[in-house]
Amino acid sequence: MKRSNAPIFWSLFGAGGILSALIGPALVFITGIAAPSGLLLPRDTMSYPHMLAFAQHWADKGFVFIVISLFLWHGAHRIFHSLHDLGIPIGTGAKLACYGPALLGTIVAAIALLALRF
Amino acid sequence: MSARRPYVRSMDGWWRRNPFFIVYMIREGTAVLVVAYAVVLLFGVVRLAQGEAAYNGWLTALQSPWSLAFHLVLLVSFIYHTWSWFSIMPKTMPMILIGGKKLQPGVITGAGLAVSAVVCAALFILVMQLAS
Repeated sequence: MKRSNAPIFWSLFGAGGILSALIGPALVFITGIAAPSGLLLPRDTMSYPHMLAFAQHWADKGFVFIVISLFLWHGAHRIFHSLHDLGIPIGTGAKLACYGPALLGTIVAAIALLALRF
Repeated sequence: MSARRPYVRSMDGWWRRNPFFIVYMIREGTAVLVVAYAVVLLFGVVRLAQGEAAYNGWLTALQSPWSLAFHLVLLVSFIYHTWSWFSIMPKTMPMILIGGKKLQPGVITGAGLAVSAVVCAALFILVMQLAS
């Protein structure tokens, strides 16, 4: 019997789900509200020199990569499994439409982060 | 074309007929906003790699009232995601036996939410320390 690839997608979904549940609210507040508006954080928190130095450290680079890719895979998997609920037939096309962008986003994130060097 | 046309009840809007399914759809719907946030970050990383001018454009966009309002929606959605993730965790994880007794669902949910609150607070304080 051919081994199912489902556990891979479920693992990525679970990992992204727990990561976003643990740090998601804080991340959104920091990057989307506090830093841009200057509320509780200095307005230059996410300035170019700061973020460049941040993204050039290997640990921060890895963290950013994991957050972006796992959030994408989590969302893609959940959306894929909701398609049936919305009356959309699930087949190879739907699978590609859901997981394809997640894979593309993962690759783009990796290329951009590596281009920033260490 | 077959002459037989059996009645098939429409499933349109099935989930709006039952509050339980409305909650279910909202929970699954958070996935769209998780993806949206990942895309915002992805653009930030790509802009950062493209240089200072490109990155500053992204940063200016983040400071617009539209972006702040959008992130407020994202924040509510993420908090809801956190809450719902740990609410269903007792059903999605293997049963834990302690001293022959099943670990109660409320304990699992409560522990998850507590850990999440501590981690979020710690992350924010860490960023605060680093930024100042």
